Amino acid sequence: MITLETLAPVAATGMFAYAWLMIAVPAVSAALLLLAGSILDRIGHWIAVAAVTFSFSIAVCLFSQQLLSPEDARAVAVPMFEWITLGSWQVSAGLLIDQLSILFALLITGVGALIHLYSVGYMAHDERRRRFFAYLNLFIAAMLVLVLADNYLVLFVGWEGVGLASYLLIGFWQHKPSAAAAAKKAFVMNRVGDLGMTMAVMSMLALFGSSAFVAVNANAEHLDPFWATTIGLLLLLGACGKSAQVPLQAWLLDAMEGPTPVSALIHAATMVTAGVYLVVRSHAIFEMSSAASTAVVVVGTVTLLAGAWIGTSKDDIKKVLAGSTMSQIGYMMLAAGIGPAGYAFAIFHLLTHGFFKANMFLGAGSVMHAMNDDVDMRHYGALAKVVKVTFWTFAMGYLAIIGFPGWAGYFSKDHIIEAAFEHSPIAGTAALIGAGITAFYMTRLMLFTFFGEKRWQPGVHPHESPRTMTVPLIVLATLSVVAGALMNGWIQHWLEPATGAHAHEVSLIPTPIGWLTLLLVAAGVALAWWLFGTKPIPAVAPASTNPFTVMGRNDLFGDAVNNVLVVEPTMVAAHGLVANDDRIIDVGADKVADMFNGLSTQTRKLQTGQVRTYALTMTIGAVLVGVVMILSQLG
Amino acid sequence: MSPDNYLYLAAILFTIGAVGVMVRRNALVAFMSVELMLNAANLAMVAFAMARGGLDGQVATFFVMVVAAAEVVVGLSIIITFYRTRRSTSVDAASLLKL
Repeated sequence: MITLETLAPVAATGMFAYAWLMIAVPAVSAALLLLAGSILDRIGHWIAVAAVTFSFSIAVCLFSQQLLSPEDARAVAVPMFEWITLGSWQVSAGLLIDQLSILFALLITGVGALIHLYSVGYMAHDERRRRFFAYLNLFIAAMLVLVLADNYLVLFVGWEGVGLASYLLIGFWQHKPSAAAAAKKAFVMNRVGDLGMTMAVMSMLALFGSSAFVAVNANAEHLDPFWATTIGLLLLLGACGKSAQVPLQAWLLDAMEGPTPVSALIHAATMVTAGVYLVVRSHAIFEMSSAASTAVVVVGTVTLLAGAWIGTSKDDIKKVLAGSTMSQIGYMMLAAGIGPAGYAFAIFHLLTHGFFKANMFLGAGSVMHAMNDDVDMRHYGALAKVVKVTFWTFAMGYLAIIGFPGWAGYFSKDHIIEAAFEHSPIAGTAALIGAGITAFYMTRLMLFTFFGEKRWQPGVHPHESPRTMTVPLIVLATLSVVAGALMNGWIQHWLEPATGAHAHEVSLIPTPIGWLTLLLVAAGVALAWWLFGTKPIPAVAPASTNPFTVMGRNDLFGDAVNNVLVVEPTMVAAHGLVANDDRIIDVGADKVADMFNGLSTQTRKLQTGQVRTYALTMTIGAVLVGVVMILSQLG
Repeated sequence: MSPDNYLYLAAILFTIGAVGVMVRRNALVAFMSVELMLNAANLAMVAFAMARGGLDGQVATFFVMVVAAAEVVVGLSIIITFYRTRRSTSVDAASLLKL
């Protein structure tokens, strides 16, 4: 039985009235760090860590209060202020703390706090560290606005805020042209998605007179099918931009130019999952349009395969993880597109992925830290014994992502694959194959990095990272192990009021599809071991004519497609406009100016400088005035 | 009384003054011509005042005289300064302000 209506939120009392502090504290801290200048250079990063930890503690308090409340009192609305009042238009800003948004708040502030702590060690030698932490805090504040907003307009504020923070942080090392270009690319591609998002919000305002989630959910039922599909597709476009889904996927791989903690926080654990949040949050719209939800499924399926494909062919450790992130978010999108059966699983996988992917990204950062910031896996090898903590924590993330039984990813991914099979065999098969490829590329990454021969560059002396970096790794590794088992069976029921309920058997004993998944995962691991574990790995990527490898190494020609479809036509249009400007508009304006110039040159000749001529002119003028007056008297 | 004859005289004086300003190069003569025009106007005003039996024209005439006296002071000093630098009082020589 599908229940579409969601429970109305209750008014805020007690702790909930202070929920805004969760956003305000990191925002104020960001402003403080940016404005205070070099005074805070030495302690600024601890202020930032404290701010996020504070937000996390508020989130924990709110969550425990929700746990203790009866089910119908868990979703809480916190009105803040009237934001826009224009004639009959009223947009109020407020927070909605329900079962869905609190999970996000916990993930963002929890993982965020760990990554802040990690960054204290990772960015210790960067002279612009204070600024880095200011941007991280800005990101946390914006992301919390995004997930805690109670209407789409406020959500959009956060949506743009995280885009800005992402831009600033990808381009943090802006002295590198590649980083500056990557930041621009991410910003521009996000604009395309934002266009869809804006148009969707405008349509909602026009159709419902309000962008509040409550109003949209209540009115979606009576929505015209055409408009349901339109709004759904526009929201999907927005989600694709933010979540790096095909066709707007190309920016995520370049975004790895940013510092590694940024990749872990923004481009793996939190921001890129905003698209999934958006789709789940707008479930009322997608349920009204099968075309729109099918589009979500298609996008998710295509992306999960594309991301996995890219992951198999890259030698840059961060880009493998970036491809993997795309792929895992593809799983979430797929689940979100399936409908009520999938929402809880999408969020479930989102949370576990947040843990294990942040864990692995931070682990990759720790490895890079040990290897003098080299990102090429072909220069690693045999690191398992050297960086022990990093290796063991990374291994937990690895087991979680490939879905080793008992680890976090096993529970969350299995549910999605099963739900996908129930929805359509094609999506199910794709998800199943994706799981096999995931096992393949992650095993490849492990073998390249931690096992085999030493292929270190001269002058590299690997060492374990400082405590501030390993403690977050250990916490995240623990979560990668236990999070799945903890939330399995609970999260569905918990999210029911926010996303609608759908009976789906959740058991620990694998179903036939579960066994098939395990089989494919084992095959992927074995294949990777046979290809990369049994023979030495060349330090330079061997030239390959295998079309799969070539396409994977070139990001499936995502940039080439963008260039042909968008960049080149834009350039042609821009050149055309420049030519038009130069040859028509400029020339026209010049001609008019020349004309007036000539005219005034002629007029100027009346000014002879001869007093007597002026006297003559005056006299003639006076006579003329006199004549006119006399004539008018006569008339 | 009829102001006609006075007005004829004023018109003739004014015309002589105006033509003088336009045709004579000598600044002093042009200046005198300007004075002539002012006094023609004064004459016309006084004539009208007499004809209408009011005092307005007479009073205005005094103002014109005062202004003319002040103007003579300024004008003559300009002409003298001009003569000192140029050794000439021809108004045609003063054309530096044109482009």
